[in-house]
Amino acid sequence: MIKLNSKFSQKIPFFFLYAATILTIIPVITIIFVIIKNGLSAINWEFLTSMPRDGMRAGGIFPAILGTFFIILLTIIFVFPIGICAAIYLNEYAKNNLLTRVINLAIINLAGIPSVVYGLFGLGVFVIFFKLGVSVVSGALTLSIMELPVVITTTRSALNSVPYSFREASLSLGISRWLTIRHIVLPNAVPGILTGSILSIARISGETAPVLFTASALYVSYLPHSMFDQVMILPYHLYVISTQVPNVRKDMIYATAFVLLILVLGISCIAIVARIYFKRRKKW
Amino acid sequence: MLKIKANNFNLYYNDFHVLKNINIDIEEKKITAIIGPSGCGKSSFLKSINRINDIVEYMRVNGEIIISGQNIYDKRVDVNSVRKNVGMVFQRPNLFPISIYENISFGLKINKIANNKSTIMAIVEESLSSVMLLHDVKDKLYKSALLLTLEQQQRLCIARVLAINPQIILFDEPCSSLDNVATKKIEELIMKLREKYTVVLVTHNMQQAARISNDTAVMICGRIIEFASTEQIFTCPSKKETESYVTGRFMI
Ligand SMILES: Nc1ncnc2c1ncn2[C@@H]1O[C@H](COP(=O)(O)OP(=O)(O)O)[C@@H](O)[C@H]1O
Ligand SMILES: [Mg+2]
Repeated sequence: MIKLNSKFSQKIPFFFLYAATILTIIPVITIIFVIIKNGLSAINWEFLTSMPRDGMRAGGIFPAILGTFFIILLTIIFVFPIGICAAIYLNEYAKNNLLTRVINLAIINLAGIPSVVYGLFGLGVFVIFFKLGVSVVSGALTLSIMELPVVITTTRSALNSVPYSFREASLSLGISRWLTIRHIVLPNAVPGILTGSILSIARISGETAPVLFTASALYVSYLPHSMFDQVMILPYHLYVISTQVPNVRKDMIYATAFVLLILVLGISCIAIVARIYFKRRKKW
Repeated sequence: MLKIKANNFNLYYNDFHVLKNINIDIEEKKITAIIGPSGCGKSSFLKSINRINDIVEYMRVNGEIIISGQNIYDKRVDVNSVRKNVGMVFQRPNLFPISIYENISFGLKINKIANNKSTIMAIVEESLSSVMLLHDVKDKLYKSALLLTLEQQQRLCIARVLAINPQIILFDEPCSSLDNVATKKIEELIMKLREKYTVVLVTHNMQQAARISNDTAVMICGRIIEFASTEQIFTCPSKKETESYVTGRFMI
């Protein structure tokens, strides 16, 4: 017997799933809306390019932008070469033995450690033990250690997405393992590695805890000129002017948040565009 | 003349004993077919002849496979030189996602077989014409190889192997993804290759073995139960299992 479609019983699950989806995006949209509404009026060229004045109650946030930028740059230099090389080794060369399994387990678990723990680790190891002081380099090293497992994991999944048959075809032509990786696996994994890396950069740029004790200063009266300098960074500066300094204009606080948001979302958008571009070009 | 000789060859995946005491003498410039039910180890044996099976980490072998007098499992042997000498064509065309031209030139450049443009072009054209593909693709050499039909792709895979100039070519069910017409054409090509190369062809299509091979080995459950001229295997096999397999009465 053919039953009539009971519309009602179809609609209930649909409604709940739909409501759950809407619930997840409402806060995001609200945050963006509030920040833009309150902060946009304070954004101007001077705000972006000048030093803070009057105990950070006036002037701009240039040193914080520059400090964040330096730390990101140095972290990129540390983390990607090492992370990508380690991922290639683990994925393409490592034998499945006890050591490899321990390393894999460590990578999975390291990604779950709260970032403030990395901050304290960086303080103990880089700032104090290696005497690098509170500096761009200590902050970048701490962020690198935090981000390394993520970079390794995303790179490995990019390498894994290259079909096994490509490797088999290349090896069967008498091409060595390394040259196969170099000329076949890597070029085809580049899109995945690149998008994963850009997302990692977005994550790094918004992080506060790991750089709080290792790189950031409340206020620095000069622009950083070496990687052993303390710097101001955006997330910490935002925290400082919203809670530590009395009588800061509200629009300045929101404008700072706006810049940080644009930085992180902007980098994520680059990743999205890159992903779309590579997907169009992908031939397999 | 003898080209490939397996001597008490055994292969294991972990503890799974797949190939059991394989002994076979494969003649030069002939087509030797290996037939048998699926899962009996045909591909595993084929992949042992060019050591492409080495990439399976938990694979172990013992015994010898001797090619032109050299045991290829000898520790001193360079595995890449074995693979250059023993080309392989797989079940599904496995071209790289680059142009037709680059698919062939890739192996030439990396293996340093040729490095100037005109020599490479000459080899590309020569290998394409050996597989009767040049005419179809000469206007689109720089287009993606993945735009070709499956039959053309399989021909290009063969051309890619020929360009490396091997002595032996292994085919692992090369027609299993093709229709009847394409199968027929690839079979003609393989027959033509016999003039210059030693061919080992794995197939589960018995008619195919009967049509194009000189010798046939019947493999069941990891053992070669009979190896003789194709004519003898299909007309008066000496073993009962062979007879029931080739007449389609074989049951596992
Ligand atoms: N890489 C592998 N790892 C583990 N077992 C395998 C692997 N390749 C093949 N086998 C097993 O070995 C047996 C023989 O496989 P195969 O050589 O592919 O047979 P055929 O080509 O005759 O179908 C099968 O039981 C198969 O499941
Ligand atoms: Mg097979």
